[in-house]
Amino acid sequence: MILDVDIRHVQGAFSLHARFQSDGKLTALFGPSGSGKTTIVSAIGGLVRPSHGRIVVQGQVLLDTKANVFTPKHKRRIGCVFQEGRLFPHLDVRHNLLFGRWFTPKRDRKASYDHIVDLLGIGHLLERRPSTLSGGEKQRVAIGRALLADPQLLLMDEPLASLDEARKAEIYPYIERLRDEGGVPIVLVSHSVAEIARLATSIVVLSEGHVTASGPAFDILRHPHHFAQTGLAEAGALIEAQVLRHEDSFGLTVLQTRAGTLRVPHLTYPAGTGLRVRLRARDIMLSLQKPIGMSALNVLPGLISSIEHAEGPSVDVQLDCSGDRLVARVTRKSVEELGLKPGLPVHAIIKSIAFDPEALGAVKPQRM
Amino acid sequence: MTDWLTPEEWTAVRLSLKVALVAMAASLIPGVAIAFALERGRFWGRHALDVIVHLPLVLPPVVVGWFLLIGFGRRGPIGAFLDAQFGIVLSFRWTGAALACAIMGFPLLVRAIRLSIASVDRRLEDAAGTLGAHPVWVFAAVTLPLILPGIIAGMVLSFAKAMGEFGATITFVSNIPGETQTVPTAIYAYTQVPGGEGGAMRLTLVSIGISIAALWLSEWLARRVRRRVHAQ
Repeated sequence: MILDVDIRHVQGAFSLHARFQSDGKLTALFGPSGSGKTTIVSAIGGLVRPSHGRIVVQGQVLLDTKANVFTPKHKRRIGCVFQEGRLFPHLDVRHNLLFGRWFTPKRDRKASYDHIVDLLGIGHLLERRPSTLSGGEKQRVAIGRALLADPQLLLMDEPLASLDEARKAEIYPYIERLRDEGGVPIVLVSHSVAEIARLATSIVVLSEGHVTASGPAFDILRHPHHFAQTGLAEAGALIEAQVLRHEDSFGLTVLQTRAGTLRVPHLTYPAGTGLRVRLRARDIMLSLQKPIGMSALNVLPGLISSIEHAEGPSVDVQLDCSGDRLVARVTRKSVEELGLKPGLPVHAIIKSIAFDPEALGAVKPQRM
Repeated sequence: MTDWLTPEEWTAVRLSLKVALVAMAASLIPGVAIAFALERGRFWGRHALDVIVHLPLVLPPVVVGWFLLIGFGRRGPIGAFLDAQFGIVLSFRWTGAALACAIMGFPLLVRAIRLSIASVDRRLEDAAGTLGAHPVWVFAAVTLPLILPGIIAGMVLSFAKAMGEFGATITFVSNIPGETQTVPTAIYAYTQVPGGEGGAMRLTLVSIGISIAALWLSEWLARRVRRRVHAQ
């Protein structure tokens, strides 16, 4: 187990009681502000000392209030990337990057400076001062600085929250590469569904200081009720796909999934790239017959696996499309009129422009 | 070249510089430590310490000098101990003048450093901790460079105060030419004798010159350090 957390902490009027385990390469702590995400990562990093509980990272007990164990932060070897970067203003980028290295025992120095500088694309910034960097550059340097201390776990506390969409798009690929190169496991705090859909392999959902769900990303994202606070529109399924070919004359890219082919607006990834694609429940319609004479390009046949009653007039229909699990949001009235029930074969209809570009990320880039 | 001041006057200038530099250097480390204790510490008696450190700022200097005399004089409890144990005598010596100047400048030094400590972003220190730095290293590699402008400002204030200190010095160590006579006490001595106006004026000009040079040097140093710490 990479991470095993069971803590209780009271801070003023806020009370946190969080318990979860994760073995994911990238575990996302998801919830609205005030749900306790930052308190949990601060406790893992040793910046906050919870009143009760136990934290185990990679088999090492960092906190156990019963046994009176509390490892101070400088002995935990847990890297932190904060929302504001927190680069040292009196050091240039190179010395910021190397700061943690001075304190890492020689035998534990595995991270290669050149490799990390290259991975994060910061080679041209080494002589610069932090105050001259853009927000996105600062965060890349902050990630590099944390990695070069050879942490056993990397905590990222909303590292992209202060950046605009363009800067975020600039950093996502680097986080994906970190995740897929399989070095350091990552814990990412986020309140953006699109962000965790793109990046997470495991998700812990928090609400008012409690864990309301935790598990693999593909399972959690399919269940819209976990995302009640973010608005029902955000729920959707996550499926794996591969770029099959580009139809340049139409400005489209064809993706291969287990359920069938999908046509999406043109992507810059080369053919063969593995992708994860999020299909929002509200963007999927259901039909009993294979539709004819319709403008939507994507039709995936499947079987209804279950019907979950959401709040109000909506119902979430879970589908099994040759192994890919989708979820469609339809009205209760449609369920009744079409006679939808588990086991019934249906066709899922998705408009090609319905794809959420922010939640579409490479799984293993450059895989040809 | 040097004959525009009398040898006695040169001695007073040299002694003043020596006293001020020693006072500044000696109060530096205690000043940083106490500034930290007052700004970050949460201990019993913190407010009392705050008041004691600031007392020389508000007390008449002669009162401080008199306290030094009864405490550090040869028969005073601390003075007698230092004399018996280490053979250190402060009263009526230039070292005593340095002690008096250090104490009078101490609140200024501590205030300047304390302000700069308060402005340090503690989240940077947390970040250094998560990178594996022991608290001692966090202080040396992050906190200290960030408060350097404040330390320089405090040192200049301490030096300037020492160059001008009069009341506590003359009370504690008197006005002995060649041993404890600094520029201010020498000017005072000139004003007490007929025909001393010329000497008083010369030393006054020296005093102004040193003050301007010190301020200019500190401004230059502070600018350099600020550029290094908060590079634009």
